[in-house]
Amino acid sequence: MIYTKDISKSYNGVQVLKIDELEIPKGQSFGLVGNNGAGKTTYFSLLLDLINPSTGTITNNSVVVSQSEDWKPFTSAFIDETFLIGYLTPEEYFYFIGDLRGQNKADVDRLTAKFEDFFNGEIIGKKKYLRDLSKGNQKKAGIVAALIGNPDVIILDEPFANLDPTTQIRLKQILKDLAEKQGVTVLVSSHDLMHVTDVCERIVVLEKGEVVKDLETNPTTLKELEAHFAKSAVTVSEEEE
Amino acid sequence: MIKHFLSLERKQYFRSSYWQKNIALNILLVFFALYMIGIFVFFGVFMYKILTKLFPEQDPFIVANTFIFYWIIAELFIRFFFQKLPVMSAKPLLTLPVKRSSIVNFILGKSALSFFNFLPLFLTVPFSVSLLNNGYSASVVLTWLATMVLITFIANFLNFILEAFSAELDIPFLPLLIVGGGLFALNYFGIISFSEIVSQGILAITENPVYILVLIALLIGLYFYNFKLLKDKLYLDASLQSKVKEVNASDLSWTNRFGDIAPFMQLDLKLIWRNKRTKSMAFLMVIGLLYGLFFYPQPIYRDMTFMFAFIGIFSTGFFLINFGQFIPAWDSGYYKMLMSQNIKYEQYLRSKWILMTMSVVVMFVLGIPYVYFGYKILIAHAAAAVYNIGVNTHVIMWGGSFNRKKIDLDKKAAFNYQGTGAVQWLIGIPLMLVPMAIFGLLDWLIGFEVAVAVLVLAGGLGILLHKPLMKGITQKYLDSKYKMIAAFGKDS
Repeated sequence: MIYTKDISKSYNGVQVLKIDELEIPKGQSFGLVGNNGAGKTTYFSLLLDLINPSTGTITNNSVVVSQSEDWKPFTSAFIDETFLIGYLTPEEYFYFIGDLRGQNKADVDRLTAKFEDFFNGEIIGKKKYLRDLSKGNQKKAGIVAALIGNPDVIILDEPFANLDPTTQIRLKQILKDLAEKQGVTVLVSSHDLMHVTDVCERIVVLEKGEVVKDLETNPTTLKELEAHFAKSAVTVSEEEE
Repeated sequence: MIKHFLSLERKQYFRSSYWQKNIALNILLVFFALYMIGIFVFFGVFMYKILTKLFPEQDPFIVANTFIFYWIIAELFIRFFFQKLPVMSAKPLLTLPVKRSSIVNFILGKSALSFFNFLPLFLTVPFSVSLLNNGYSASVVLTWLATMVLITFIANFLNFILEAFSAELDIPFLPLLIVGGGLFALNYFGIISFSEIVSQGILAITENPVYILVLIALLIGLYFYNFKLLKDKLYLDASLQSKVKEVNASDLSWTNRFGDIAPFMQLDLKLIWRNKRTKSMAFLMVIGLLYGLFFYPQPIYRDMTFMFAFIGIFSTGFFLINFGQFIPAWDSGYYKMLMSQNIKYEQYLRSKWILMTMSVVVMFVLGIPYVYFGYKILIAHAAAAVYNIGVNTHVIMWGGSFNRKKIDLDKKAAFNYQGTGAVQWLIGIPLMLVPMAIFGLLDWLIGFEVAVAVLVLAGGLGILLHKPLMKGITQKYLDSKYKMIAAFGKDS
């Protein structure tokens, strides 16, 4: 579904991302972990053609994203709150996204109705603008908006951050269902190793812009990841001494 | 402590991406400042002579003082629109071990160093020198100068109080307009002569310098009132965060007849109606519409045919220019999202084009009563409207593809005039001067009919070529897509 070849991104000669080859098959739930500055958001931005790659290409369902816009109809994303339109209410925002994705109001209503308990009664019908919602509620609205229009690929950057524990658990269930039952390719990034091992079948670890681990999730994955990140913490403290 | 604040200020100023990207604009503003200084110095040096010429029977010093009332009103207006108290920059300091009162004192103290407070000196100092040369006693002149400086600072702090109270309103400049206009009218129609009162007050001070204490007390009072206002506001839930408002939803289903661009049109209309910044712009359209009334009632202008085109372009294109020059920065807050959505850029731009075109038509229709001043004016306005639709809409959208400055819609309107005010008018110049030059030249060389015909022809050509033009413009936007995303992601 998504094929990355020789991609790299540099800013003023400093390389922030370099992936030789990465293939994500259809229907896989794919997790990206790494410390700050590892290149997670850069990779997602390249995937959405929000920044221009220095070299290489990303192909989404055989469309080269930096050359054609045909990947847009089946791809949706929520990167950060700048994806929201602050002066709309959540409903209006959902309808707007629905309009862009060829869904009428009834379709959108049907979809959002399914997320009633996810919203916890704080989003729909509150007569509030998105800019006036709390960070967590903004995130919920953004994530659900990314599900409108039955996309084949969903990209979520740090979806668990800022959410309350109940919502985190519900979100994990939603993401699992999408990949397992509906065959949607789900890409998430996270700093929370536990959440990402719960949700994703496959986890890739980025470090300084490069892939250092590529794991199929199994019961020992969490331990392995924790060991990996603990190790880099140890090396850092050793270097400091 | 002050040292830290000052170094923060300096860094904020020189490291803002706005400064680095707009060197040309900054140079222009410096020239503008120099120009203003030049004018002030000129009047300061020659005012004594001018006043003796104009009012030979009266004492020029006394005549000058009668103007001070108008000066104060004008100064308040100018300050209201261009001078802001930079409260927002205090937010990161709140959690640090810095006393609130020193933050407030710093913000207020800094405002005293504003250009607006030095500008009057360029007039008052040379005037004082010429007073001394003409035999006025030094004590009178120096007291007068001190009084003027105090008045400047009083205006400085009074302005912030006015701003604080009007910032919450939908049309922030309305109270000032009513109060300032009211005082002016009372004075103008001779009901209460404020200019006389102010003048008498200043003369009383120069005769008996002890009265200057009244002004000093007033200044101290205003400073502490500002101090109190600002100190109460330096909490996250007060001024540093915007108020939550109930949604006012309106039915926009009439836009559905525009087919595939309807979602964008609805978005644009909501954008205009729900953000303070854009809302004040919409209200300013009234001023644009009434602009002709400044000129047409005077017979001199009615004979200047070339002015018709200028006023026509300005009044029918007021919205076009104000809205158009910030395309696509209006959407800068969520530009990344739009770019990752399944949208056709051409639809996005066409929605803006239709909105601007509709505004031109509406403004023209509302301006039809100008026919009272002569049918030629109406014809010229119609030609100007066609030119606006055919040429200016495309030009301004093309110009928008060079737009690299983020607009923060959530910010209060009152904090937002700064930096845009002067620019706004500068960008408007080519859009208005070119048709005015074409029209004026042809009118002078050949005749009114030809001038009108050429404007209409140019506009008509633009409308005919709308499709290919839009294609070119769209391509221009697509070419600068990454640059725009990067620029809109940055805080200015």
